[in-house]
Amino acid sequence: MKILRRFLDKIKPSFEKGGKLSKFHSTFEGFESFLFVPKTVTASGCHIRDSVDLKRTMSVVVLALVPCMLFGMWNVGYQHFLSAGDTSQTLFSTFLFGFLKVLPIIVVSYAVGLGIEFAFAQVRGHEINEGFLVTGMIIPLIMPVEIPLWMVALATAFAVIIGKEIFGGTGMNIWNPALLARAFVFFSYPTHISGDKVWIADGYSGATPLSNAPAGLSDLPAVSDMFFGLIPGSIGETSKVAILLGAALLIFTGTGSWKIMFSGIAGALAVGYLFNAVGGGNSYMSIPPYYHLLMGGLAFGLVFMATDPVSSAQTETGKWIYGFLTGALVVVIRVFNPAYPEGAMLVILLMNTFAPLIDHYVVAANIRRRRNRVAYRAKQNKEIPSN
Amino acid sequence: MSQKEPLFSEKNIKLFTDPFNHSNPVTVLVLGICSALAVTVKLQPAIVMGLSVTIVTGFASCIISMLRNTIPNRIRIIVQLVVVASLVILVDQILKAYVYDVSKQLSVFVGLIITNCIIMGRIEAFALGNKPLPSLIDGLGNGAAYGMILVIVAFFRELLGSGTLLGFRIVPESFYVKAGGFYENNGMMVLPPAALILLGIIIWVHRSINKKLVEK
Repeated sequence: MKILRRFLDKIKPSFEKGGKLSKFHSTFEGFESFLFVPKTVTASGCHIRDSVDLKRTMSVVVLALVPCMLFGMWNVGYQHFLSAGDTSQTLFSTFLFGFLKVLPIIVVSYAVGLGIEFAFAQVRGHEINEGFLVTGMIIPLIMPVEIPLWMVALATAFAVIIGKEIFGGTGMNIWNPALLARAFVFFSYPTHISGDKVWIADGYSGATPLSNAPAGLSDLPAVSDMFFGLIPGSIGETSKVAILLGAALLIFTGTGSWKIMFSGIAGALAVGYLFNAVGGGNSYMSIPPYYHLLMGGLAFGLVFMATDPVSSAQTETGKWIYGFLTGALVVVIRVFNPAYPEGAMLVILLMNTFAPLIDHYVVAANIRRRRNRVAYRAKQNKEIPSN
Repeated sequence: MSQKEPLFSEKNIKLFTDPFNHSNPVTVLVLGICSALAVTVKLQPAIVMGLSVTIVTGFASCIISMLRNTIPNRIRIIVQLVVVASLVILVDQILKAYVYDVSKQLSVFVGLIITNCIIMGRIEAFALGNKPLPSLIDGLGNGAAYGMILVIVAFFRELLGSGTLLGFRIVPESFYVKAGGFYENNGMMVLPPAALILLGIIIWVHRSINKKLVEK
């Protein structure tokens, strides 16, 4: 580490103003602060000083995603060998198969996304933002394993340029960039992200629980399989155990909002029970509500994407409303619109759009309540002297 | 004003070329967006639509400008609509007679040229206060600039969404997944949101070229 520090200090002057390579200042700065905690601290204004800066916060999320990614890799291999009827594989060879399938997607997602981020920072003379570290990790986890790599590249480029950079970069985006990438693929190349040909590597077909669900309970896998994640699906979304591990880390470090996660679960269950009580019409309506939490991307989306601090609601009350509506609408879309089996993606993007509105009304209600209180006190004070 | 102004005077040329640059009706004034989303899936209807709007805007401006001193101010919108509607019906009939297929593709949007904000905008803002010839030039310029944006959007939408241009195949059949290749048409390009995104990108490019448009 010391050698690295000394090397950086040695080459630093040429990147400073007036130096030979001052044009590439932002690129250098990006690498330096990625490797070491920056020395600069905020000097003025009232700030909470904390050693955890944006890059470290992002690292926590990346760490929380690791269980999902590792399990996802193993599950890719497991589903493949299960379909192939090959039972001779060991844990390691199963994982290796999935690893080799998933790694190119991760590499492409990071290479394209970071390339664009660096280019934009360079052109604008900004410092490089680290938001993409998380986005680049989530994008592979919400794609089917059979997705062609050029589509991943295109979707990532779309998400970073249209979803983030034109709004001003990290922290200014309206929608979650990773979900925007998935939505891009979903609308541009629907055959590569839905149906039953894309979820298992190398041409085997296997439907996800979501696409079987409209037919009713009988076609769904066992609850334990769905909980542990031994089902076909997007790479990182299948195992609820891995997602819970990630959620625990996010909640423990305070990076993700537990309010959004819990109210989301509550929303999904509430609407699920409501449909159970109403019944009829649609056999999807009568499946047990907790199935909705186990199927598809709802759990993954609630934990890792609905809690995105930039695009979710900012006020504390707003978070409850935002989370609840997210969970509730996912179930509504799943049950009533068979054309969009994965409601979670569209709902989170929709709720991202409404998050500022929710915040606006929460703040307005707060102002009104306090104004009324002041008015009430003033009235009481007037009455007291007259006694 | 005894001296006759030449047709290609500097002022008249400017009237025609300004809409292509810093007073573009679509990318700067953001008018006529609805039809830009609807008729740009393919290049051919976009070209026809651009031509129709150019003709209607030009002649409507010219005619209203001739009548400008006799139209009572209070009912001017009705008079304008009568003129525009007659021209649109003319265009519609001509399209039906000579390019029936395109006319069917454009369906209601030919009729809806009446409500195109660019036409009313040019009549209200320019033709009512200017002579017929400059009004004609201004109308034609604005219509053509609208058509230009339509053609740019439709070019990308047809190329990326269908792999063709004006119906001719550009992306070879053998590239497609069906034929053993890797390529796939971008389905989103056929949907209206793609036109909105493309328009946004055109505005972005336009503003980075012409720095005068960027607000401080």
